[in-house]
Amino acid sequence: MTQGAPALEIEIWRGAAEGSFQTFKTPRREHQTVLDVVTEIQREQDPTLSYRFACRVGICGSCAMVVNGRPRWTCRTRVSEVLENGNHIRLEPLRNFTVVKDLTVEMTAFFDKWKDAHGYFEPGDKPAGDFAAVKPDSKKRRAVDESIECIGCGVCYSACDVVEWDKDYLGPAALNRAWTLVNDVRDQGNAARLDAVARSEGCQACHTHMNCTQFCPKGIAPTYSIAGLKRKVWWRAFWGTP
Amino acid sequence: MVARVLGDAVNPKLFVAQRLSAFVLALAVAVHLATILYAVRGGLTAGEILARTHGNPAFALFYAAFVIAVAVHAPIGLRNVLREWTPWRGRSLDAALALFALALLALGLRAVYAVCA
Repeated sequence: MTQGAPALEIEIWRGAAEGSFQTFKTPRREHQTVLDVVTEIQREQDPTLSYRFACRVGICGSCAMVVNGRPRWTCRTRVSEVLENGNHIRLEPLRNFTVVKDLTVEMTAFFDKWKDAHGYFEPGDKPAGDFAAVKPDSKKRRAVDESIECIGCGVCYSACDVVEWDKDYLGPAALNRAWTLVNDVRDQGNAARLDAVARSEGCQACHTHMNCTQFCPKGIAPTYSIAGLKRKVWWRAFWGTP
Repeated sequence: MVARVLGDAVNPKLFVAQRLSAFVLALAVAVHLATILYAVRGGLTAGEILARTHGNPAFALFYAAFVIAVAVHAPIGLRNVLREWTPWRGRSLDAALALFALALLALGLRAVYAVCA
C-alpha cells in the first residue's frame, strides 16, 4: 500500500464519560501504525484531540487504546492488521478507566489497586544482610520470570469482564504483580499480601475468562498468576501460614 | 472500599467451603439422579418411596449431608453473583444470605426427617 491509496476512515471517541464518535479521513501510508494515524490526525486536522504516548516502540505501554473493540498498544498495531471494510478503524479509550478526554484515561485507580494488592517489595523489619542467591532454574524464580515483564499498560484491566462488573476488583495486573512477589524469596510481606489478595475483591473473584491473557501485549498470562494466588490462599485458609 | 460484615479473613474460608461443598454435591447429585432413574422404572408411588426410606439410616445420612452441602454452597455462590451483578454489598447482603442458608437447612432437614423418620 502506498500514498494516494484510498483514505482511511477513522472513528474516534470525543469527550469523556459523555461524548460521541467523530470521523476523520486520513491518508493510507506504507507500514503505518494506528498510533501514526492518531498522531497525523492530531497534527494535521485537530490539535484538540487528546491521546497519550511516549516511546512509540512498544516499551512504555502508554498508547494503549481500544481498537475496533479490542484493547491494544497502538504503536505495535499496524493499520493493515485491523482495517474493517477495507478502510475503517474505530478508536476508543481503554475500558474500565475514567476517561479524562478523548483517548486519554485516568489511571490512578488502576495503580492504587497495585498498592491494595501489596504489589510492592516488602523487605521486612530485618532485611537480609547479603545478596540472596536465587537459582535461575528454581521453581519460584521461573514463576517470577513468567509474570515479571508487566509494564502496567492497562490492556488487561480494560479487557477484564470482572473489573467491568465489580469496580472494586483488584484486576489482573495488580494480582499478577502480587504473584511475582509471592514467589520472591527475598520478600517478607507475604502474610499481609495473601490477606490483601484474598478479599472478596481479590483473586477468588476471577472467573478465568482469560481475556487478560488473550490481550496482554507482553504475552504474560495473568490468569495463571491469579490461579497461583488462589492455590496459595486455599492452603493458607487451612494452615494459616503463607 | 465497602463495608463487609464477614470481614476479609472470612472470604478465603467461604471460598474453601464453596469448593469442598461442591465436591460433596458433585457426588450427591449423581447418586440422587441415579437413584431416581433406578427407582422409578415401571412407576413409583409415594407409598413405595416411604416404605423404602422410613427408618433407613443410610437414606437419612445421605440426604442430610446433601442438604448441608446445599445450604453451604448455594448462599456463597448467590453472594458472589449478587456482588457482581448488583450494587448490594455489606452487612445486609451477608445477613440476607445467612438467613437464606438457614432456610435451606431448615426446610431440607425437615424434609429429610419427614421422609426417613
